[in-house]
Amino acid sequence: MKVKLRIKRFNPQKDRKPYWQEFEVEAEKTDRVLDALHQIRWYQDGTLGFRRSCAHGICGSDAMLINGKNRLACKALFADLGDYVTVEPLRGLPVLKDLIVDMEPFFAAYRAVKPYLINNDQPPLKERLQSPEERARFDDTTKCILCAACTTSCPSFWVNRDYLGPAAIVNAHRFIFDSRDQAAEERLDILASRDGVWRCRTIFNCTDACPRGIQVTKAIEEVKRAIMYAKV
Amino acid sequence: MYKGGEGYWSWIFHRITGVGVALFLFIHVADTFIIGWGPGVYNAVTSLYRNPVFKIAEVILVAAVLYHALNGIRVILVDFWGEGVLKQRSIFWAEVVVFVILFVPTAILMLSRL
Repeated sequence: MKVKLRIKRFNPQKDRKPYWQEFEVEAEKTDRVLDALHQIRWYQDGTLGFRRSCAHGICGSDAMLINGKNRLACKALFADLGDYVTVEPLRGLPVLKDLIVDMEPFFAAYRAVKPYLINNDQPPLKERLQSPEERARFDDTTKCILCAACTTSCPSFWVNRDYLGPAAIVNAHRFIFDSRDQAAEERLDILASRDGVWRCRTIFNCTDACPRGIQVTKAIEEVKRAIMYAKV
Repeated sequence: MYKGGEGYWSWIFHRITGVGVALFLFIHVADTFIIGWGPGVYNAVTSLYRNPVFKIAEVILVAAVLYHALNGIRVILVDFWGEGVLKQRSIFWAEVVVFVILFVPTAILMLSRL
């Protein structure tokens, strides 16, 4: 089938503002938006800028705004989207070129919540043991691939770029509720600040956008309650 | 326009009705304050509310307060009831049903006395 892609383009070295450009490509229903972007870049217009690495939904490079929703281009099928698809860069992050955004503010928020194991005890000779129940407590939030689909779907983040955002909170959650970690309080202090969890208005765009199916808002609410009741 | 789901739209309406009700509150405080100039002035000003335009605005006000209250309960359930966050879609549609049941008869009653 023939599919039309309407792509929002911007080259800061040439353009004063973004503009829309349409491309037509031959595609199967089982093809993904990423396949069409490849067709355009390889055979029609080599100047089209977009990111991708693994192309199989695990590296988190190709999140973009597809038909008005944040999705991974490598997981969005034409069978679900139809034959006319609009593609825009993620919102709330500076556009570097076409569909490529500057991810640095996003990763700065990620680093701010100390997304690594903190345990000051003498390291044990073998593994740090954990029961299946203790592991299950934070299982959902281990699935994050840092694609930024959640954070850039959040209206609170669009208007306040200092908000740490859903992805950072998800990754804080992953360690706050880990029985092997000892820095929950430190992270909860960071997330209780004015740019932390209280900016969340339970809009659920993040949960709907997550390509990994993480219950993002649920994780944020659990962190909110951990702060409120001072109990992990 | 971002194509969000129930959570997105419920939040947008919550914002609009919230700002609307707050604006009404300012007007309401102002008109009550006018009593300080005596009953004559007060009655003259508040008789404006008998105007059909204000009657319709009143119905819209009831809708705004009712929606904001019902959705407020939804937000409380999402925040405090562990299951609420997973059932927010169903809670939203239950809220819509309750809204219609309460609002339609109220609106008919109010408008029939126009």
